[in-house]
Amino acid sequence: MFLRDLTAKWRFVLAVAVLGLLMTGPFLLTSVLIWLGASPGMREVLVQHLLPQVPLGGMLTASGFLVGLILIRRLFNRYVTGMAAMVEELRLMLGSNRSFRITEEGPPELRELVRAINDLATQRDAYIDDVESQVAKAKANVEEEKNRLAALMSELAQAVVVSNLDGRILLYNNRARYMFESLAKGPTSVSSGALIGLGRSITSILETSQVDYARDTIRIQLERGNRHPVANFVTTTDNGQLIRVQIAPVLRNRLDSQDVQVASGYILLIENITRLLEQEARRDAALGDLTEGSRSSLGTLRAAVEMLADNPDMGTEDRDRFVGVLASEVTRMSQRLDNTLTLLADTLRQHWPLDDMLAADVIEAAGRRVQERLKLPVDVNTSTVEPLWIRADSFSLVSAMAYLASKIAEAGDVRSFALKLGSDEKFVHIDLLWTGLSMSSETVLSWEIDPMREDHGVNPPTLREVLDRHAGEIWYQRQRTTSQASIRLLLPKAKPDQDLLAKIDREPSSDRPEYYDFDLFDRPMGQVDLDQPLSNLVYTVFDTETTGLEPANGDEIIQIGALRIVNGRLLHQENFDQLVDPRCQLKAASMAIHGITDSMLLGQPTIDLVLPAFHDFCADTVLVGHNVAFDMRFLELKESSLGLRFDQPVLDTLLLSAVAHPNQQSHSLEAIMQRLGIQMEQRHNALADATATAQVFMRLLPALAEQGIVTLRQALDASQKTYFAQVKY
Amino acid sequence: MTHKILIVDDEPNIVMSLEFLLKKEGFATETAGDGDVALDKVRSFMPDLMLLDVMMPKKSGFEVCEILRADTVLKQPRIIMLTAKGRETEQAKGLALGADAYMLKPFSTKDLVAKIREILAA
Repeated sequence: MFLRDLTAKWRFVLAVAVLGLLMTGPFLLTSVLIWLGASPGMREVLVQHLLPQVPLGGMLTASGFLVGLILIRRLFNRYVTGMAAMVEELRLMLGSNRSFRITEEGPPELRELVRAINDLATQRDAYIDDVESQVAKAKANVEEEKNRLAALMSELAQAVVVSNLDGRILLYNNRARYMFESLAKGPTSVSSGALIGLGRSITSILETSQVDYARDTIRIQLERGNRHPVANFVTTTDNGQLIRVQIAPVLRNRLDSQDVQVASGYILLIENITRLLEQEARRDAALGDLTEGSRSSLGTLRAAVEMLADNPDMGTEDRDRFVGVLASEVTRMSQRLDNTLTLLADTLRQHWPLDDMLAADVIEAAGRRVQERLKLPVDVNTSTVEPLWIRADSFSLVSAMAYLASKIAEAGDVRSFALKLGSDEKFVHIDLLWTGLSMSSETVLSWEIDPMREDHGVNPPTLREVLDRHAGEIWYQRQRTTSQASIRLLLPKAKPDQDLLAKIDREPSSDRPEYYDFDLFDRPMGQVDLDQPLSNLVYTVFDTETTGLEPANGDEIIQIGALRIVNGRLLHQENFDQLVDPRCQLKAASMAIHGITDSMLLGQPTIDLVLPAFHDFCADTVLVGHNVAFDMRFLELKESSLGLRFDQPVLDTLLLSAVAHPNQQSHSLEAIMQRLGIQMEQRHNALADATATAQVFMRLLPALAEQGIVTLRQALDASQKTYFAQVKY
Repeated sequence: MTHKILIVDDEPNIVMSLEFLLKKEGFATETAGDGDVALDKVRSFMPDLMLLDVMMPKKSGFEVCEILRADTVLKQPRIIMLTAKGRETEQAKGLALGADAYMLKPFSTKDLVAKIREILAA
């Protein structure tokens, strides 16, 4: 058995030994047997006759052995050693060079084998080529579809953002980018409120509570079997712009049941409606002035005319007074009409988005909200004879009710609330009831004009504004006998267009385009998880230029450049590029390095404005830099005074390069770039250096993977070890 | 018995006509140009009925109505609200706050007088 495990060399030695044994063994054995069987006299005769012949026998045996040895060696070289070389060639063919073919040599059987192997390889190559060409074709198709979608999106006049279920942005068009850039407030190009970027959360550009509410609305509509659910909301940005958002889900069939569709992501259409709404508000005001003023004037005119007509015997003085009234009211009416027409000129009809919805749904949502916020029991009674419809922006209505309930709870001891739905011929009544605490109508009136802060972030609307939007009214009422108090919300009844709703539902869902199948839909992004593969993480690669090398002695940052790597792609357009006024003179020595002059920094924002913006830019990502400890010292020195923490993981390309290529002398950025074949013309500008660092980082990742460094945790550990190694020596 | 009517409106032109009309119909009248004056006049003049405009400076018709209805000592006048606003929720609010009737401008003086007589007779 053990013969199989012997190396070729030892098998050769063994074969030689066996040959020797075979050639000498039988002869020696015969000699010994004859010797043992012979009589002493006979032995003497044998010695006398045979001993002189031994050298001849030995020589013949030795030459026979030599011939045998040569034969064995030749066989060995041809079959065993030749096979070993062939195996190596075969491996080469299997691995790195598949077009390699084994040369046909050696004995015929071996040549036959080699020919068969080469034929097999040719057949395999044909299959591989075929598969590869099909894959390439499929890839090209997908790529073409993606490009077509991108082109389509960039042509759209509306801003479009696509997110996955977690609200991470997978796709946005140019219009969306321009819009959020123009909404940015503050000193830098990427100030907070405008952070649109792949892999970022949509809540970095839109109000979280409203987005959540819209997603809930869509989920509930889907559960009810509505195949085209849509949610609308209007939100206010940090700088007071009004943004209207329409959200529709990207649907797919649930795995366990083909009939049930679930959301796999969302498409958001975003519009800046600030100007439209301003126009609408002006137009509404003008129309209101016109109708109310006209009614009032007409009332006066009618009364005066009727007095004149009904009293022909009126005295001259009275008559003159009434005629004077007529003249002045008619003049006022003409002026009012002129003013209105001027104001109304070129205003567009544009509505605050109100949807037809069931009042019961709104009340239930309001009940849940009150319960969550105040931790008080809420009895919700929505039983009505017929379903009651209202036209409403449910988010603001629900917020308004929650706002009222929390105001009441703040005013005194209230243990529970009830919400009750009712109606009369024209109106839907939503009553918020409680027992005990009574209050004055003035208090309730003052709540109407206070901004509702809880759900709305900056620029919250007042209750009065929400009521006006819905043409609603509220008032406080109280039953003296039962000490039951309530606030009634009165809203006009709506008649939804049932035919339209039915028609929309009947449309086949296959009308929808089908190019949403990006892998990113299912990929969790954003959160920094140490055990994620390095290729899955989002990175902010950055570099700073400074006035000098010693932050502790007053050297300051004068430029920050950064860009993002998402899903293994360097996103050049999502960059951060900002000069910073250091509030001190630049030193001539440093100017020679970065080429930034005092005049360039004039009027630039200071670090206390830039660093918070950079902090937002790199939130939830891994920081990467070259010799990054230097840059981090500058950042960390500012942390306490600005109330910021850069506490995410940090990777250093200098250390990673030392991990990947431990035998290289230099790990300067220039040396690494040269080694990895990266060309860069411009250097020593923060954004250019960050770009170079990012390219170095992406080339280093495969080298690290070869050493088994795949996760962020492994990369951090390995960096730390080289760092310590460097410190030790 | 002569009924007393308080006319509350910030537009002197309509006050003039209403005063002329009601005097001719045999009522005793007083006028007020805003909510605060109206509240004073209710206490001094003790009207049987008020014609109350909604949109007025200082205190709106709604507020005047609420304050009066909340006063348990006062002899309650009947209230007819007059408004130029057409919104129906607002009319419902007026009635809910204690007004007896609601008239939208422009109204016919005959209808007004009929309404006044109907309410005073009730």
